[in-house]
Amino acid sequence: MSEVRKVLFAPIMNNNPIALQILGICSALAVTSSMSVSLVMAIALTMVTAFSNFFIAIIRNHIPSSIRIIVQMIVIASLVIVVDQVLKAFAFEISKQLSVFVGLIITNCIVMGRAEAYAMKNPPGMSFIDGIGNGLGYSVMLLIVGFFRELFGAGKLFGVEIFQTVQNGGWYQPNGLMLLPPSAFFVIGLVIWALRAWKTDQVEAPEFKIAANSRVQEAH
Amino acid sequence: MGLRKVLDDMEPHFHTGGKYENWYALYEAVDTIFYRPSSVTKSSSHVRDGVDMKRIMILVWMCTFPAMFFGMYNIGFQANTAMDAMGITSPDTWRHSIIGALSSYNAASLWDNMIYGALHFLPVYLVTFVVGGFWEVVFAAVRKHEVNEGFFVTSILFALSLPATVPLWQVALGITFGVVLAKEVFGGTGKNFLNPALAGRAFLFFAYPASMSGDAVWTAIDGFSGATALSQLAASGVDGLTVAWSDAFFGFIQGSMGETSTFAILIGGGALLVMRIAAWRIVAGVFLGMFVLSALFNLIGSDTNPMFSTPWYWHLVLGGFAFGMMYMATDPVSASMTNTGKWAYGALIGVMVVLIRVVNPAYPEGMMLAILFANLFSPFIDHFVVQANIKRRKARNV
Repeated sequence: MSEVRKVLFAPIMNNNPIALQILGICSALAVTSSMSVSLVMAIALTMVTAFSNFFIAIIRNHIPSSIRIIVQMIVIASLVIVVDQVLKAFAFEISKQLSVFVGLIITNCIVMGRAEAYAMKNPPGMSFIDGIGNGLGYSVMLLIVGFFRELFGAGKLFGVEIFQTVQNGGWYQPNGLMLLPPSAFFVIGLVIWALRAWKTDQVEAPEFKIAANSRVQEAH
Repeated sequence: MGLRKVLDDMEPHFHTGGKYENWYALYEAVDTIFYRPSSVTKSSSHVRDGVDMKRIMILVWMCTFPAMFFGMYNIGFQANTAMDAMGITSPDTWRHSIIGALSSYNAASLWDNMIYGALHFLPVYLVTFVVGGFWEVVFAAVRKHEVNEGFFVTSILFALSLPATVPLWQVALGITFGVVLAKEVFGGTGKNFLNPALAGRAFLFFAYPASMSGDAVWTAIDGFSGATALSQLAASGVDGLTVAWSDAFFGFIQGSMGETSTFAILIGGGALLVMRIAAWRIVAGVFLGMFVLSALFNLIGSDTNPMFSTPWYWHLVLGGFAFGMMYMATDPVSASMTNTGKWAYGALIGVMVVLIRVVNPAYPEGMMLAILFANLFSPFIDHFVVQANIKRRKARNV
């Protein structure tokens, strides 16, 4: 049980795919300008990761090592097509906003990374949980970024007005930068900063060290 | 030496174990404002010189004064002229009560214009200094390093690069972004790869484009609007300009607080060059890059884009070109370090400014973006200069 808990919850804070492994950044920049789109994207990616892990783990002993990436890609691509079709059928508006980024889940490093790093070595049940866990880690980051971007960029959360903007006769001047994708870099960077200040074991070792003051005698 | 004694008596409280040890950075900052630091470099390689970081930074700070004082005068001059034209006798703001006591609204009076401008510039500078200084002290206290005098320069350049109409809370946000995200997260002064003042301004530029983009003029009076000289150029070329070149050169045009007068900037910047604080290679590189590309565009010409025909002497005096060339591009931390690299770095800025102004339809002004762009490239440029040097010397000593 503790193993399940570890696989499921470690990716949320201790081994977050975005904050620690720095994977899946591109979609985190592209889709987080509003909370509802972030949420749908998070669910879609969690589903794809979980089921691709599951199916790949089932056939892991039958995949020839030399073509394993191709096989993984086929499984992932099929799942992404399913997700895309479901979104188009039941959430067309959001699917239009996500546009190409649903299709790009295929190339999301988190999905491939978990298939390669975990599902190829572990049984289907645990692989499925690992997929859910990493999807949750991605979701948490996406929702945090989406929260700040939508709140400060548009004064809204899930489309509901929180700060009344100047255009609507309120007091809040929306911050246009927050609606541009680069702002997600700043937000993710600040979250990583906060996370590493809290969990100091995530701090990377410095690449070099400045030599101490040598205090040699001066030549006279 | 009463002050020295007061400071010395206080000092033990700020040392490790003292009452206020967490505030050492603040004590050190106040102490070094009045006296030169008593500590000296102890390791083997250093140069003994009367010039230290503090002196350099204070000199740069003082060299912005011509632009600053002219800027204050010009804010008042433009606003009072605009009020005359609109028939307003007194604006209904908190400033009115102070202006009413000290002066009036006569555009011909030096004193009236200065007071009007000072009441717009000084609040912005004060907010920049207090908010930015607050972050400097917080980071210095937590990281146990000293508050750096470089903030004098960052604060004045940031304030001068803003329009007079900027709301004060935006000033606070911008300098916070500049100091924290462009400088302190990378380790503080000397480790920032972007110019903090420009990064803060860029933040405001993208966050609040309505008030910062530079399409319309910034005049410190409500209800006045018009196109900036650069927008006029983009719309109808040199013939469409409503300002004379001499006015633009001496600075009697609307613009950000410190950047309008190319003449005042050349005085301050010239002093920096003579004292060898600003690198003349960078300044020359920026100018040459701008000169060559604008001349090239003049030759090519264009039927649809009147900006193509803008000659170099207009590029020089409009927008933030002169200000950026003298004060921003020459920031020693974010510029290239090698002599050859400085030429390349400067030329890159000059070329990018003209490219953004002429070819990019989205932004009327490109100096800020060009310098930030070149900041990113400066370590890269240095790398190639160093590698080329190693290669050349290897070939010589086979």
